Amino acid sequence: MARQNTGAGENRGAIRNRGRSGENGERLAQGLGWFSLGLGLAQIAAPGEMARLIGVPDDDENRQMMRAVGMREVASGLGILSQPHPEGWVWARVGGDVMDLSLLGGAWASDRTDKERVAAATVAVVGVMALDLLCGRQLTEHDADDASAGRQGVGGRDHARSVEDQRWSGAVHVRKSITINRPPEELYRFWRDFDNLPRFMTHMEEIRKLDDKRSHWKARGVAGFTVEWDAEITEDVPNERIAWASVAGSSVHNAGSVTFKQRPANRGTVVEVEMRVDPPGGAIGAKIAKLFGKEPVQQVADHLRAFKQIVETGHLTRSDTSFALVRHPARPPSKLPEAVEAELRTGTYQGAKS
Amino acid sequence: MRATCWMGTKDIQVRNVPDPKILNPDDAIVRITSTAICGSDLHLYNGFIPSMEKGDIMGHEFMGEVVEVGRDVKKLKVGDRVVVPFPIACGHCMNCESHLYSVCENSNPNAWMAEKLWGYSPAAIYGYSHMLGGYAGGQAEYARVPYADVGPIKIPDGMPDEQVLFLSDIFPTGYMGADNCNIKRGDTIAVWGCGPVGQFAIKSAFLLGAERVIAIDRFPYRLKMASEQGGAETINYAEVDSVPEALREMTGGRGPDACIDAVGMEAHGMGLIGAYDRAKQAMMLETDRIIALREAILSCRNGGTVSVIGVYGGFVDKFPFGAVVNRSLTIKAGQAHVQHYMKPLLEHIQKGDIDPSFVITHRLNLNDAASGYSTFLNKQDECMKVVLRP
Ligand SMILES: NC(=O)c1ccc[n+]([C@@H]2O[C@H](COP(=O)([O-])OP(=O)(O)OC[C@H]3O[C@@H](n4cnc5c(N)ncnc54)[C@H](O)[C@@H]3O)[C@@H](O)[C@H]2O)c1
Ligand SMILES: [Zn+2]
Ligand SMILES: [Zn+2]
Repeated sequence: MARQNTGAGENRGAIRNRGRSGENGERLAQGLGWFSLGLGLAQIAAPGEMARLIGVPDDDENRQMMRAVGMREVASGLGILSQPHPEGWVWARVGGDVMDLSLLGGAWASDRTDKERVAAATVAVVGVMALDLLCGRQLTEHDADDASAGRQGVGGRDHARSVEDQRWSGAVHVRKSITINRPPEELYRFWRDFDNLPRFMTHMEEIRKLDDKRSHWKARGVAGFTVEWDAEITEDVPNERIAWASVAGSSVHNAGSVTFKQRPANRGTVVEVEMRVDPPGGAIGAKIAKLFGKEPVQQVADHLRAFKQIVETGHLTRSDTSFALVRHPARPPSKLPEAVEAELRTGTYQGAKS
Repeated sequence: MRATCWMGTKDIQVRNVPDPKILNPDDAIVRITSTAICGSDLHLYNGFIPSMEKGDIMGHEFMGEVVEVGRDVKKLKVGDRVVVPFPIACGHCMNCESHLYSVCENSNPNAWMAEKLWGYSPAAIYGYSHMLGGYAGGQAEYARVPYADVGPIKIPDGMPDEQVLFLSDIFPTGYMGADNCNIKRGDTIAVWGCGPVGQFAIKSAFLLGAERVIAIDRFPYRLKMASEQGGAETINYAEVDSVPEALREMTGGRGPDACIDAVGMEAHGMGLIGAYDRAKQAMMLETDRIIALREAILSCRNGGTVSVIGVYGGFVDKFPFGAVVNRSLTIKAGQAHVQHYMKPLLEHIQKGDIDPSFVITHRLNLNDAASGYSTFLNKQDECMKVVLRP
C-alpha cells in the first residue's frame, strides 16, 4: 500500500475513508473486548475444563497456565472496553495470541496431548488472532491519519508509512536503537566477533564463520522449525558500522546494518540496527512468521536490550521467572534448562535463555 | 525453604518452595536473619498492583548472612552480614552511575511490561510483581541477590539487626522524601501519613535542618509517635474540617515550605470525596486515590516543593495541576534510590543521631507472616512495623 503525500485533495479523501475504517475498528474492538472477557473468565473459573476442551492434560501446571492466560484475557478485555483509544490493548491481545500459539506449539510437541483438539484450538486462536490483527491495523491506520491530519509534516506521514510497511508488505523493515554506556570501539569489537551474537540474539542456534566475510546462520522458530542462510559482510567501518546481506540464492533474503555513534558528554553510544527481511513466501510468509515468532520489531528490540545487558553488566538479566516457558510465579525455579545448568557448571556464559 | 507467598488478594501463606540458586556470576545467596513488612506490601496484599501471580514470594526489606557467592563477586564473601536495598540495580548503566538506582536500565527482565503502562521501565524490585521483574522476595529463609557487589551494604559486628534492617527501604525512603524538599533553615515541612515511612520522613526533615514538621494522620497512636519520637506538631485529619485550612493557620497564612506525601495510592478520605475516590477506584475508573496528594498540592506555599514518596501505580483523577503551574510548585517523586543513601545513613546510626528500631512494634516468626499482614493492615494492637524472623 504505497501512500504518497501528493496533494491536499487526495489527502482529505484518504482521511474520510480511513475514518470509516477506524469506526469499524472500534466496533470490532468492542466485540473483541467482550470476547476476551468471556474467554478469560472461563479460563480462570474453569481452567481444568478449558484445558480438556483444547486437549492438553488437566494437571496443575496446565491449570495454572490456563489461569495465567485467562488473567491476560481479562486484563486486555477490560482494557479494550474501558479505554477511549483501545489500540494499545488490542495490540496487547495480538501479543497474547502469539503467547497462546507458542503454548499450543509446546503442547503439540508433548506426547500427552490430544493432537486433534490442539489443532482445533490452534485454528480457533489463529482465527481470533486474524481478527485482532485486522482490528489493530484499522485502529492504527485511523490514529496515524489523525496524527498526520493535524500535522501534514513529513515525519508523521513517513512514520505511518513505515508502520504500514512493517505489517503489510512482504519485506519487513525494522529500525531500532538503544543507548549503551560503553565506548563505540568496545561495542563494535563485540559485535564484529560473530561468536558473540547468539549470546544476545537468543533465537540463533548457530552462527558459523565460513571465512573472513562470510558466515552461516541458523535460526530457531518458536514452533520448532529452523531457517538457515549464508550471509556476507558488505560494509565494515571499524568502530562505526557493520552491514551484512544474505548471499544470492538464500531462502531468507535479508540485509541489515548496525551503527555505533558516540554521544557527547558521557551520554554513551547510540547503537542503531536497521534490517530488511524478505521472508520466504512474501507477504503471506511474513504474516505466518509473525504468527509463529515474535513481531520482528519486538525481536530486534529484545536483542538490543540483551546486548546492552551483556556489555554493561557482563551477562543477561535473569530473574526467577526468566527460564519459564509459561508464566511462573516469582520463586526460585525448581529446575533450570540444561543449557543454563551447563553454563553455570563450566563458567562459559552463553546467555542462552532456553 | 519456607517463604511468604502471595496466593491472591488478602491471601498470604507461608509455603515450602525451592531454595534459590546462583543464576549469574555476580549473584550472592543470603540467609535471611530479619525481614519486614512494608506499606508497599499492603498495596500488593490489597490487590492494587497489577501482574502479581499466585505463588509469588513477597518481601523487599531484608538482611542476613552471605552463604554463597558467584565467581565474579569481589566485595562480598561468605559470612558477611549485609542489608540488601530493595531496588535491584546493576551499577553500570547511566542511571546507576548517576546514583538514580531505582531507575536502573538493566535489572528488569520484564521491562516491556512496565513500558506498556509507564512508557519506560524503572528498576526491578524484589518481590514486587512480574512487571517489576518477577524476582522472588525476601520474606523467606534465603534470597538470591543479583549484582551483589553493587547493592548490599556490609554491617559491622555488634550492630543488632533491628538497628540497621530499615536501611533496606523505609529509612532511606523517608530520608529521600525530605532530601527532595531541598530544606533550608527556617523551613516548615508537612508530612501526610504517619506510618513507618512518614515517621522516617519526619526525623529526616529535622536531620536536614527543618525548623518545624507538621504530621498528618488519623490514628492517635501514630500521631503520638510522630510527636513524641519525631518532635512533630500534629493534625488529626478526622478532627478538622480541612487540612489545608488547618495548615494555613499553623503557618501564618503562607503554607508549609514543602509537603511530603508518605501515604500513596490507598489514601483514606473523609466524607464525600473519600466515597467518590473509593467508588472510582473500585470501578477501575482510576487506579489510585490521590486524596493526600491533592491536599499536599493545595497546601504547599507558592514556589514550594511537593515531595511524593507514597507509591502510585497508574492513573489519577482530579489532579489539581492548575495549582502546580500557577503557583510555581515543584513536584519530586520516586522509588527511593536506596543504594545512594545507605552509607551516610549507616553513619548517622553509628553516630547515634537516630536509632531506626523505634518504629518496631511487632516481632513475629516468619511462619506467622499472614497474621503480621492483617495486623499491620488493620492497625490492630497499635501496630506500626512488623519484623519477621525466619
Ligand atoms: N517511594 C518509595 O521508595 C517507597 C518505599 C517504601 C514505601 N513507600 C510507600 O510509602 C507509603 C507509606 O508506607 P508505610 O509503610 O508508612 O505505610 P502505612 O500504610 O503504614 O502508612 C500510611 C499512613 O497513611 C495514613 N493515611 C491514609 N490516608 C491518609 C490521608 N488522607 N491523609 C493523611 N494520612 C493518611 C494512614 O493512616 C497510615 O498511617 C506507601 O504508599 C508505600 O508504598 C514508598
Ligand atoms: Zn517498601
Ligand atoms: Zn543500572
